[in-house]
Order: sequence, then structure tokens, then C-alpha cells
Amino acid sequence: MDIALFIRSELFLVTLTFLLFWVFSRLQTRTGIALLNPMVLTIAALILFLRATGISYDEYYKSGQLIEFWLKPAIVALALPLYSELRHIRRQLMPLLLAELAGCVVGIVSVVVIAALLGAGEDVVRSLAPKSVSTPIALEISRQIGGIPALTSAIVVVVGMIGAMTGLKMMTWGRVKSPVSRSLSMGTAAHVMGTNRVSEYGERFGAYATLGLIINGILTAFLADPLVELVYACGLAG
Amino acid sequence: MAKQFGIIFGCLLVGELLAFIPGLDIPGSILGMLVLTVLLERGVVRPESIAPVCRFLIKNMAFFFVPPGVALMLYFDIIAAEWIPITVATVVSIFLVLVVTGRLYELLHRYYKKRR
Repeated sequence: MDIALFIRSELFLVTLTFLLFWVFSRLQTRTGIALLNPMVLTIAALILFLRATGISYDEYYKSGQLIEFWLKPAIVALALPLYSELRHIRRQLMPLLLAELAGCVVGIVSVVVIAALLGAGEDVVRSLAPKSVSTPIALEISRQIGGIPALTSAIVVVVGMIGAMTGLKMMTWGRVKSPVSRSLSMGTAAHVMGTNRVSEYGERFGAYATLGLIINGILTAFLADPLVELVYACGLAG
Repeated sequence: MAKQFGIIFGCLLVGELLAFIPGLDIPGSILGMLVLTVLLERGVVRPESIAPVCRFLIKNMAFFFVPPGVALMLYFDIIAAEWIPITVATVVSIFLVLVVTGRLYELLHRYYKKRR
């Protein structure tokens, strides 16, 4: 039997992904350390494995696709928690929209200004602007405002990881207290990965995170371009 | 089972079709979610008839994110070249978004509640 062929097979790579995720989930439950995020650790372990064995990403992608395929129906399924909360959401539409608008503007302006001041190239800065929204929206925006779509999609994943791992801690430091506002913030700042993190606490929280992710996605699609231009026009970005 | 997946994938399909509308730069999956929300709200789809599969998919979303995450290995070079501005700007910005959105919502929520 050819080992090189065997470890490239879909069955082997999908099984490996399942097993790694299972082991790291147990590790997190056992230790109770939030930073040991099973998703992030599985990604890291798989990258190391692929590097060590010389399997290219394109080769892994054939197997990865079988898993990634389920992401889209999972996003559609978020309609259920959203629907259950619809009555509450309608009653507080104004606070929700205003908080989202502020979060969207702060997110775009801060990342653009800080990156530019620290000397990032203009194409990198533009790639960072849509960092908080989910990949398909972010890609479209990045293209539209002159970023590098490939870099944007990488950054979106990094943002999701940072948000999922440290977001709840950050909000404890920032004294964001109520579970509803914490969930809303997680969806706003760290898209589907942040939403997924708070869904663990219950459907109700998933609903508010989903709302944050949807509203921020739409607002960012409209505001990224004018805000980035405004920052450059004001000379805020050096 | 078939009915539940049929409804969920049907909504996804409609969402992907809607995404072709020019000027509508919203991903098909998000549009599909909105379609399903409308169907639930209108009573066309009963929540009980899709709940088990929806819960299963939502609960395991982190796992479905692993393959797109592995794609990070393709971009190590670009990220490595400017990793300091990228990391600092991203972390600070995430913190600001979390705190501004969360605290403003808490504030406004209290304010609107009092007015009512």
C-alpha cells in the first residue's frame, strides 16, 4: 500500500479532521481553558500536518470541501434562533440599529487608522477595512475598495479566531455586562465565528449575535468605501 | 430528516439565486437565512418542523470552519511581511467594536425602556 497516496485520500483527511477536533474539544472541556479553542487548535494542527507531509492546500481542499459545504446550510439554520427572538427585536429596533451603526463605523475607522499609522501599505490597509464581516461579504467589499481579496479572507478568519478566543474576556475588561449586549457585540465584531462562540450558551444569545452579524454585514457593505476614502482624505492615515 | 434538509437547502438555493441580482452584494447563505426567517414568520414553515436539524447544524458550526481556516497557510507570506500593523490594528479594533457596540446598546436599551 502506498502511504503517500493513503494520507492524501479523502477518507483519511476527513477522519483526521474529525479526530483532531474531538481530541481538542475534550482537551478544552477537561482543562476549562477558553483559549484552547478546538477550532483554532485543529486548524493549527492540520496546517502543521500538511506542511510536514508536503500535502498542498489544493490537495487538502478536495477533502475539506466535504466539510466546508455544511457551513452554508448552518448559516441558513441561524434563522431559527433569529425567528424566536423576532418579537423582542422589533421592540428595540432603534437601540439595536444605533449600536450597530456605531460599532460598524468604529470598527472600520479604527482598523484603517491604526494599521496605516503603524506603516502598513495602502493595499493592506484597504484589505483590513471589512475585517469584521463574514468572508463572502468581506471579499466583495475588499475588491470594491481596492484591497487584496485573498488577504482579506485570511484576515477575516484571524479576526474570527481572536474574537472567539478572547472576545468574552475583552468585554469583561470593557465592562460590557448583559448577556444580550455581549452576544450582539460578538456577532458584530467577529461575524459567524463570534456568533458560534456565544451560541454555545443558548439559542437566545445566538439570535442576538446573528442579528449583529447581519446588520453589521449590510452596514459595512454600504459604509466601508466612503469611510476609507474619508480617513484618507482627512489625512488621518498619514 | 429529508423534509428538514429539503427546507433548509431550499432556502439556501433561493438565497443563492437572489444573490445573482445585480447590486445586491450580500452572500447567498445570508439571504437564505433571511428567506427562512420570513417563511417562519409568515407561518409557511413551522419551527418544530426544522428545529432538530437547525440545532445540529448550529451546534457544529465551529467544525465546519476548520477547512476555510486551513486556507490560512496560503497567506502566511503576506501576513508575515506586515504582521505587526495587522495584528495590533485588528486586536485593538476588535476590542473597540465589542465595547462600543455592547455598552452603547446597554445605554440605549435602558434609555428607551425608561421613555416607554
